[in-house]
Amino acid sequence: MIQRWFAAATLATFGLAASMPAVHARDTGMAYVSSEKDNALAVIDLKTLSIAGTIPTCKRPRHMQFMPDGATLMVACGDSNRADLIDVAARKVIGNVPLGDDPEAFDLSPDGKFAYVSNEDEGALNVVDLASKKVVKSIPVGKEPEGVRTAPDGSRVYVTSEVANMVHVIDPAAGKVVKNIQVGKRPRRFALTADGSELWVSNELGASISIISTRDLTVTQTINFEIKGMRPDDITPVGLALARDGKTMFVALGRASHVAFIDVASRKTSNLVLVGKRAWNVALNRDGSRLFVANGLSDDVTVIDVAQGKAIKTVPVGRVPYMVVVDD
Amino acid sequence: MRRPVGWTIVAAVVVALVPLHAFALTIGVLSRADDDRLDPRRVELGYLGQPGGPPGQAVEVAVKESQFELEAANLKVTIDTATARDANDARSQMQRLEKAGAVAIVVDLPADWIARAAPVTKIPLLNVGEPDDVLRAAQCLPNLLHTYPSERMRADALAQTLAARRWSKVLVLHGTTPDDTNRLATVQASIRRFGLKPVAARPFKLSADPRERDLANPLLLTANVDYDVVWVVDTDGEFARQLPYRISLPRPVVGDGGLFALAWAPNFERFGAPQLARRFLRGVGRVMTGHDWAAWIATKAVLQAALDKATTPAAQLKAFVQPGFTLDGFKGVRLSFRTWDRQLRQPLLLSDGQGVVALAPAEGILHPTNVLDTLGADAPEGLCKTR
Repeated sequence: MIQRWFAAATLATFGLAASMPAVHARDTGMAYVSSEKDNALAVIDLKTLSIAGTIPTCKRPRHMQFMPDGATLMVACGDSNRADLIDVAARKVIGNVPLGDDPEAFDLSPDGKFAYVSNEDEGALNVVDLASKKVVKSIPVGKEPEGVRTAPDGSRVYVTSEVANMVHVIDPAAGKVVKNIQVGKRPRRFALTADGSELWVSNELGASISIISTRDLTVTQTINFEIKGMRPDDITPVGLALARDGKTMFVALGRASHVAFIDVASRKTSNLVLVGKRAWNVALNRDGSRLFVANGLSDDVTVIDVAQGKAIKTVPVGRVPYMVVVDD
Repeated sequence: MRRPVGWTIVAAVVVALVPLHAFALTIGVLSRADDDRLDPRRVELGYLGQPGGPPGQAVEVAVKESQFELEAANLKVTIDTATARDANDARSQMQRLEKAGAVAIVVDLPADWIARAAPVTKIPLLNVGEPDDVLRAAQCLPNLLHTYPSERMRADALAQTLAARRWSKVLVLHGTTPDDTNRLATVQASIRRFGLKPVAARPFKLSADPRERDLANPLLLTANVDYDVVWVVDTDGEFARQLPYRISLPRPVVGDGGLFALAWAPNFERFGAPQLARRFLRGVGRVMTGHDWAAWIATKAVLQAALDKATTPAAQLKAFVQPGFTLDGFKGVRLSFRTWDRQLRQPLLLSDGQGVVALAPAEGILHPTNVLDTLGADAPEGLCKTR
């Protein structure tokens, strides 16, 4: 069903997309960029690919995600120990939620009632009840948890630990770790394949991707980056995004300042696009035609035309950009 | 084929017992008794590049932060701490720790004690405090590893930074202790290696005696010559720390004053470093120094090898120099031990104490295999003969 929708979306023109059955109800036509040193989000106009404004928010904003209403952006701030809730149409903070010490990333439960938050300093995954705005559970995991991903059916939460080099599989209802999966060095971020059978994990210092079978909860394959002209030590993969057709995985290569296009079926790198310095998180627009890359060390966002496999524009944003959320 | 019933039962019992009995892993820590470097009066002056406390504190931080993995792997770690009064004492302490079942020893001792004591044991010794290059060259040993950067690594890091800035004319001021003389030679070699121009090398003396002012007065010491930078070699540090802004030309000071090449800086902001710095500060109650970082990463190496099932000293030693053995030191790249002298290759931080202004290897410096090997002794030099 979802796949059919994406197929329809890729056929639709840019203008038509707005009238499609919407995941993001407001469709502001903007992208939002969190920058660690700005205490503000940069707003990029998707038509002109230029800065349309900024939204002041809490300290050291990093991970961002839309709430189920598609109109409220939840922004986790590491130095404020909370998330701000931002009405993107009004460009205003309308509330906040405490997340525990030094929150980095989070994901929501499928019903939108809970946020699962990685708390770097505590070495815990906090479960936050968004209605009561309380941390209801704190599940100890390896030190410096980072990427968080809820399984589509909500039965599991996956979280990486950068220090333990593990993916913890957590049963959120029971509030405990059900399995620890050893992956590569400094695991960062997740992406699920289209059928949900594979969970891809980027290993920043492993220069690799671990592929976990979501059925067996074991690593079935490791993709090591061997790229001509680059040494493995210079490749530090972080951000992951799956193409809308499910056939290509986009991987930001960090220090290597490139985004790799990986063919999901063959695991081969089919294209490399030069972007800014320390390519961090990546995000697609709705029809999957454009990929946005937050470049942590060049303070800009690179926009890639996916079909051409080329960077088409670089937009200067705030200091130390972390993540982009596209709302077209 | 049918298996005998009795065999099956034995196997089942073994499987059931394994999780109950955690494997005990002992890490030895050996440092010097009455350590002059840790005299409270000295420590409170906060000299950059000098230790801030005993190595055991960083060892504890490393064990604590690994608790989750250790429990998952059923490893129970004990830290066995010892101190030595001299080289002979160090030798007997190493023997005692080996007998006590230590899988490796984190060592923070002077170079000559290490050289004299280390041959007594075959278990891995991880040097976390002594930069003397002789331990990585003429006096290297198969079981002696180094996580603290060598003197030459630090000098190379500074020389690269100056070369990258094109600050090529270097005036060297140096002390006259045996340590200073040794380190001066290392600095001068680094200056030549990276194509800098030594314009003069002048000895200094800490003194207020007007008859010795030519040796003691920073203005006089730095006059009558043109230079881009003053490189001061002062192992003690008292003269060097007062040198910046007191020289005759408006030029930077580097070395043991001004800009330092460090293994770690507590205010380093990149690569997740603040997390580690904060963990250390919370656990120990003081800021993390380069010496602490070296003890911390040495412990992480021991734990990582143990988690990879290397739980005997011989297996540990083998694990450390395997090609796939890489460590995460919160410096942005994978770190590993050089096979030729068992020195941990690592980026160094250039800092004046207020912030980290650059990293070495400097951008643009190249190497045929790993750019980190532009810091310190490289394989082709063959300075360490024991493999």
